[in-house]
Amino acid sequence: MALSETSIDPQLYLVEQTRWRPAEIVFWLATLLPYLLFPNYLSLASQIAIAALFALSLDLILGYAGIVSLGHAAFFGIGAYTAGLLSKYGWGEPLSGLVVAAFAAGVVGYATSFVICRFRHLALIMLTLGFGLLLAELANSLGWLTGGMDGLQGIHTWKLLGTFPFDLYGRAAYAYALAVLFVLFLFTRRLIHSPFGLSLRGIRENFVRMPAIGAPSRAHIRTIYTIAACIAGVAGALLAQTTETVSLDSLGFERSAEVVVILVLGGAGRLYGGLVGATIYLIARDQFSGIVPQYWYFWIGILLVAVVIFLPNGILGGLAQFTARWSRK
Amino acid sequence: MSAPALATRGLAKSFGSLVVARDIEIELPKGVRYALIGPNGAGKTTLINLMTGMLQPGAGRIFLDDSDITALPPEQRVRRGLVRTYQINSLFPHLTALESITLAVCERTRAARIWWRQLNAYPHEIDEAHDILVALKLGSACHRLTREMAYGQQRLLEIALALATRPKVLLLDEPAAGVPREESQELFAAIAGLSSDITVLFIEHDMELVFRFASRIIVMVGGRVLMQGAPHEIANDPQVRAVYLGNTPAKILHGPRHG
Amino acid sequence: MAWPGVARSARLLGINSSGASSMLPPVFGVLFDGLAYGMLLFLLSVGQSVTLGMMNFINLAHCSFAMLGGYLTVTLMSRYGWSFFATLPCAFVVAAVVSVGFERTLFRRLYRASELDQVLLTIGIVFISVAVAAYVFGTDQQPLQLPHYLRSSLTFMGIRFAVYRLVLVGLALLITLALVIGLDYTRFGARVRAAVDNERMARGLGIDVDRTFAITFALGSGLAGLGGALAIEIVGLDPSFAFTYLIYVLIVVSVGGLGSISGSFVAAIVLGISDVAGKYYIPQLGAFLIYLVMISLLMWRPLGLLGKR
Ligand SMILES: Nc1ncnc2c1ncn2[C@@H]1O[C@H](COP(=O)(O)OP(=O)(O)O)[C@@H](O)[C@H]1O
Ligand SMILES: [Mg+2]
Repeated sequence: MALSETSIDPQLYLVEQTRWRPAEIVFWLATLLPYLLFPNYLSLASQIAIAALFALSLDLILGYAGIVSLGHAAFFGIGAYTAGLLSKYGWGEPLSGLVVAAFAAGVVGYATSFVICRFRHLALIMLTLGFGLLLAELANSLGWLTGGMDGLQGIHTWKLLGTFPFDLYGRAAYAYALAVLFVLFLFTRRLIHSPFGLSLRGIRENFVRMPAIGAPSRAHIRTIYTIAACIAGVAGALLAQTTETVSLDSLGFERSAEVVVILVLGGAGRLYGGLVGATIYLIARDQFSGIVPQYWYFWIGILLVAVVIFLPNGILGGLAQFTARWSRK
Repeated sequence: MSAPALATRGLAKSFGSLVVARDIEIELPKGVRYALIGPNGAGKTTLINLMTGMLQPGAGRIFLDDSDITALPPEQRVRRGLVRTYQINSLFPHLTALESITLAVCERTRAARIWWRQLNAYPHEIDEAHDILVALKLGSACHRLTREMAYGQQRLLEIALALATRPKVLLLDEPAAGVPREESQELFAAIAGLSSDITVLFIEHDMELVFRFASRIIVMVGGRVLMQGAPHEIANDPQVRAVYLGNTPAKILHGPRHG
Repeated sequence: MAWPGVARSARLLGINSSGASSMLPPVFGVLFDGLAYGMLLFLLSVGQSVTLGMMNFINLAHCSFAMLGGYLTVTLMSRYGWSFFATLPCAFVVAAVVSVGFERTLFRRLYRASELDQVLLTIGIVFISVAVAAYVFGTDQQPLQLPHYLRSSLTFMGIRFAVYRLVLVGLALLITLALVIGLDYTRFGARVRAAVDNERMARGLGIDVDRTFAITFALGSGLAGLGGALAIEIVGLDPSFAFTYLIYVLIVVSVGGLGSISGSFVAAIVLGISDVAGKYYIPQLGAFLIYLVMISLLMWRPLGLLGKR
């Protein structure tokens, strides 16, 4: 190295980025609060953890690789039906169920990724939408397998680790969902800070430039799409196992749209966006739908318009901007 | 004589009825500094797009080190050492300079396929990226977001990105576009300082810079190669003068600077 | 709220109920009903296609304007006793005016934004419109009292045709003709073509692309409003309309190609016929075939059948 022009050592700087911040530790400690403060809301809490995991998987493709998908629920649904069917036909062990579900979703994700990686923009949005709708129709017409409109009945999830039963209060369910969320979050966090994660950000920032630095963008997209499909499948499986039902709307357009809303509300491309978004969204829905369920969509609509106009980077993006401005003063 | 670093044979391209490249035959010997000049809309950028695979030619073939690369996708041409920069900055706005270059280095070393290990397991890549930035006098800006860097620094970052791929043939599309004159001198000094293993073709409108830094010049007009030769041949050629609106050599020396 | 995609209105299969053709071999009936349905889809989607081709702006709220036209027609007829045909121009004008209000205040901020932002904002408007419709009109299907002669059918060469569907096809053909002629032979049409072809170049030629776009947007939404009014008799009207037909419109637009009127026309007819045929012959597959066709077409020609560039 020539002169010492740099103020921060290049290595140190990148190490610094991967270091755990106090706010992160506080966040994860806070996820334990429901056990102490809201023991009656543990099943809501596990719904939140599942939605957060689902949104995290979307963040990998939407937030990091810039792939706008309106059909991500397909993988959630595949995971849910896989775990549900496995259990219905005699194997209710939850952890292995997750693995099988992740595998099934991953296989479909890998297969479709060959198409996905070749398109951008409107065609890509339409294709993801099309795949999602196609799968939903398929599940609907395969009523003998999926239970059709009535949903998949007769799921029984065995005790967790052979010891903890899934009770009505959701104590085991929340612990289970939270633990899976945490483990996969660690995985995702590591991925984001890997060289591959850097390439994903490159794809999001400037897709056209990537080939000019020798990057095989399509291969990168295939990899991340498959990984995201696996994680979404795990989220779906968690829902199937903890609620012991699977319905058609686990892979419908509604769920695909909802997870985009959750992620964008929290802030895409920020790792915690999906987690924050899921918490706020599901709590708000729980509060609102208690009063008048129909009008929930009105507020979601208002929220979307407001987020796009006033908070283009979601809640976390807004917070980051706010604190940056604050600390500069 | 050994095989040219880069050669084109009968390269042609049209957009609808507009012919932007017509029977282009170019040979760049190894290690030479070439300038590509010509008025706006002559098809210079298009030629770079064709050579790097960003555009598919209508006819013709492209050879890198004697192997036919016409059918290769752009990223594979880069992997084989044919690299370009852009006339209009094409960077990663929300990555820092160091991240951008580390990204390019990791793509070259194939570390970019690794998703199960964190970046801090790759000190060599990061150091190499940092060295490239320091060599281009961007060391002090290396932790700045690209979009917050000064325009001149962004132009340098364009070149740094290309260098991180370890090019054998480097195609620079108006590297000094929009840069003030004093700075463009420095920028070209940096280009001149590149390893002599790298073959360089640069597009530039400032004839003074062209004559100072190029050992050979190609003149393009209306999608055709009008002529190629040593600087003094070009400067005294009546046809070239005619293209520059019948100007005198002195005028050519300070010709138009925009593209 | 009931979401689209799974069970769609059985009325679509007019063949079995009020429709044309219980007497003729089903294949003619299916073709005719499919054609009428396709014409409807064309009216609903042509505006979307042209505006998308011009500004690359993804407006998912397009069918909300169609829904507005539908509810307006229902209200004018049931509350104020207007005749069906008198409400149609109203549906057109109101949808056009309201849409241009949105365009001027909200959408135009997003022409340069990412497609994600466009999708989010306009889907937000769809949510709002669906909720408002549910609040004002309830979630039930809206009744439509058509005059008697529109409910009858004609027999021609031994084949019976439902009058309403004949009127629908005729009207849609007239509008298509007017659009094609307008686009090819008027100055405004020339401006639209230039803007769709190459926005930057059009601006360079001194065309006020923003204004052209606003007018086109209004026309397109007006046609959607008209389509919404005409659709009630065929597919019914409830608040989920804005979503259900959004998907159909997107299919027509992406298959037909952005900015291509003739592409949309062909795509709408193909889609209309294959949807009706699919539901008639293989009802257990539902819309599966449609989506399969759409995905295959998109993979084959991502810019649509007759897309620009
Ligand atoms: N993608 C394109 N479509 C149509 N015309 C193009 C395209 N790219 C460039 N052109 C036209 O090709 C000609 C050559 O452009 P270019 O190669 O950029 O010229 P130069 O770099 O020499 O100024 C110009 O007339 C330009 O308008
Ligand atoms: Mg150029």
